[in-house]
Amino acid sequence: MTDTHVAATGTAAAAPPPGPPRNPALARAALLLLRGRTLVVLVLLVIFFSAVSSEYLTQSNLILMTKHVAINAILAIGVTFVILTGGIDLSVGSIAGLASMVGGGLLFTGLAVPGGTVFFSVAVVIVIGILVGALVGAVNGVLVTRFKVAPFIATLGMLYVARGIAQLISNGGTFPDLAGTPERGNQGFHVIGVDSWLGIPVAVWIMIVVAAAAIVVTTKTPFGRRVFAVGGNERAAVLSGIRVNRIKIAVYVISGCCAALAGLLLTSELGAAYPDTATTYELNAIAAAVLGGTALSGGRGTIIGTVMGAFVIGFLSDGLVLIGVSTFWQSVVKGAVIIFAVVTEQAQQRLQAGLSKRTA
Amino acid sequence: MEILEAHHISKNYGGVRALKDVTFTAYRGKVNVLVGENGAGKSTLMKILSGSEQPTAGDILLDGEPVVLASPRDAMARGIGIIHQELSLFPNLSIAENMFAGRELRRGRRFVDAAAQRRRARAVLARLGQEHLDPDTLVGELPIGQQQLVEIGRALLEDVRVLIMDEPTSALSNHEVDVLFDVMADLREQDVTVIYISHKLDEFRRIGDWVTVLRDGGLVAHESMSRTDTAWIVRQMVGRDPDSLYVRNSSAVGDLLLDVRGLTVPGPARPLVDDVSLTVRAGEVVGVYGLMGAGRTELVESLMGMRPAAAGEVRVRGRLEPKGTVQARMAAGLALVPEDRQRDGLVQTMSVGDNILLATVGRLTRGGLLRGDAEQRAAAGKIRELAIKVPGLAAVVTALSGGNQQKVVLARALLTEPVVLLLDEPTRGIDVGAKAQIAALMADLAVQGFGVLFISSELAEVTAMADRVLVMARGRITAEFSAADVTEEALVTASASDIVLEDRS
Repeated sequence: MTDTHVAATGTAAAAPPPGPPRNPALARAALLLLRGRTLVVLVLLVIFFSAVSSEYLTQSNLILMTKHVAINAILAIGVTFVILTGGIDLSVGSIAGLASMVGGGLLFTGLAVPGGTVFFSVAVVIVIGILVGALVGAVNGVLVTRFKVAPFIATLGMLYVARGIAQLISNGGTFPDLAGTPERGNQGFHVIGVDSWLGIPVAVWIMIVVAAAAIVVTTKTPFGRRVFAVGGNERAAVLSGIRVNRIKIAVYVISGCCAALAGLLLTSELGAAYPDTATTYELNAIAAAVLGGTALSGGRGTIIGTVMGAFVIGFLSDGLVLIGVSTFWQSVVKGAVIIFAVVTEQAQQRLQAGLSKRTA
Repeated sequence: MEILEAHHISKNYGGVRALKDVTFTAYRGKVNVLVGENGAGKSTLMKILSGSEQPTAGDILLDGEPVVLASPRDAMARGIGIIHQELSLFPNLSIAENMFAGRELRRGRRFVDAAAQRRRARAVLARLGQEHLDPDTLVGELPIGQQQLVEIGRALLEDVRVLIMDEPTSALSNHEVDVLFDVMADLREQDVTVIYISHKLDEFRRIGDWVTVLRDGGLVAHESMSRTDTAWIVRQMVGRDPDSLYVRNSSAVGDLLLDVRGLTVPGPARPLVDDVSLTVRAGEVVGVYGLMGAGRTELVESLMGMRPAAAGEVRVRGRLEPKGTVQARMAAGLALVPEDRQRDGLVQTMSVGDNILLATVGRLTRGGLLRGDAEQRAAAGKIRELAIKVPGLAAVVTALSGGNQQKVVLARALLTEPVVLLLDEPTRGIDVGAKAQIAALMADLAVQGFGVLFISSELAEVTAMADRVLVMARGRITAEFSAADVTEEALVTASASDIVLEDRS
């Protein structure tokens, strides 16, 4: 990859040609198509579903679908940071659930303190929810670095622990009403998940902000460069004076924050917090990252690709629901698309290696 | 008498001619040495002779008959075996299981006849003079030299008449090389023809009967070993005189830059680095010679903060550096170019530019964001300075040749603005031309006032390049020579010595 760190050109169809012009035109065209495959697939999906169902391309359906995409995309952006360092985060669904229950609990029952109950404003609740995500992420990071637990195992364990704590908060019950009251000063939680601004759901705006920030961090900051270096070759990163453990802890914290934010958005959208919120969402998030060209071996991937991956998964799932495909077949199709994505990724790598050898 | 001949062989890969009309002859019952720089076409020729590649033009003659070697299996069936540079053994399987991997002896149709395998493995080990090895030993538990012998044993099982060995000694200790050469001599007695590819001039001259030199895909010389000398072979390989290869630094020695006292790095059995003291001054090129496992790499890794030291003091420019982290040592003015570029040096997924800037990326920011223009300038400046041949800053780093990859790692080290450069086998795995360039760079750096400490396993290199040579053995410094009184014999003796050099001043 000549531009692994340049998110903007990683998967977009407008990627510049990957070498001097003497490259065979056919190989270059094929490479362009492969690099932009997530976008190509997305366009094909939209064409296909809108041909089958007249409801697919309506405004209301698009808004619904992008809202679904937003939540998965935010989860997936966090996970992408972890995967770029060569790790994995299986706990994001549970972190989302935990943040949901923490936020819901603070809004519905408040925080019991000696002498009464305290209620926080919505903004403070959101900050606390995200801090909880950051804390869980930090624990993941410390397990992976300080205690040298394999990321798969550490975050698999955290998947259970965080989900368990989410259930403990309410003893498995649901916080049914998050509207708040004027006396408690905690109204307005619906804004982030239900409301729209300029005709676009606030959740989607939040996704755009998170994605933009993540693109800047990955491509324009020393931290981002170091994230890629740690995933590309950890030993070389150490020798270059990079504090590898700090980088690793940081990416799990980022992932935890994103997961918590996604959980809060989901909770706001539903208007209720229940402990099973976002169960198995980690798989969709990882799938979106992989679909977008992030290599599970680390060091290769882009934020924009991940967002595109989230769009493909969201638009595909909702489209299948809309045209009445059974849930069993939905599962089969989604799995096949993910596998297809990885197969084409291999083809891209091979083609790219071939081209760069010729130009060297 | 000729047993295997390659007649006017050419091989093209796409538009690249890897071999141009090469005729190579292997004589029966002799050790036929094939030498050449990296990229000279040795490996391609061997792939053709062992059946894994087909020539674009030309014939292969076995016992004077033209043959087509369609696959490695086909070549094996005709008695041509090959041992690759990288061992292809299963560390989790036993010696016998490794020898029969993929062609297990059967009892009935489905079951492995372990007893028969063990019996035949033992017989082959005896033929290699390794009667003491138990065929049930796991290969992973053997030292690398014995693993090499297991690989040879695997080839011998097939009644091999021609054995091709591709740089078999690159990972071996001197003693292991001796054992391997004894085995090769025995094989020669048993009328086995050996084709031996090597870089190590001093080694193959001991064992070879004939030498063939390739350069740039073409045949340049084919001669009986007894009618050649080392200088003649190097001349054939590079097309010029070997004395012009290395440049000695001639600058005056300045301030004391690096002062190490009593450095000890703990190891499992004995200290990996044992009470080592050394100094490097400005403008000085200090060589560290020693065998593999002598503790040289551990020494520089510890200096660089990658391995914790149990005892000792490190002073850089007179200041004590108690904190043994990579960041602290880098800030103090040390920089390490590691021995294994692929493992410790390069980030393969990143571009040339990003690799060069990796250690200093934090300095090129404005408001927390990277300054693309400053990055371009810094990287391009080093590329010019070190004459790195690259298609562009955005090129994949793995597309570069070994010598240019080494320069990329060196460029990264230099950007950290060190005062002392630690170079671990800086010329390993790069061809002779690139070696000369790296050597010239090191001399040049010394002239600029850097202190240079480099590790080398090549006698010719240390004697020619170092102002001062330290010899390490078993974690300790066993000798020190100045450029004036260093001899290759003295280095070899000291590298096998157990005597610790005391009271150096």
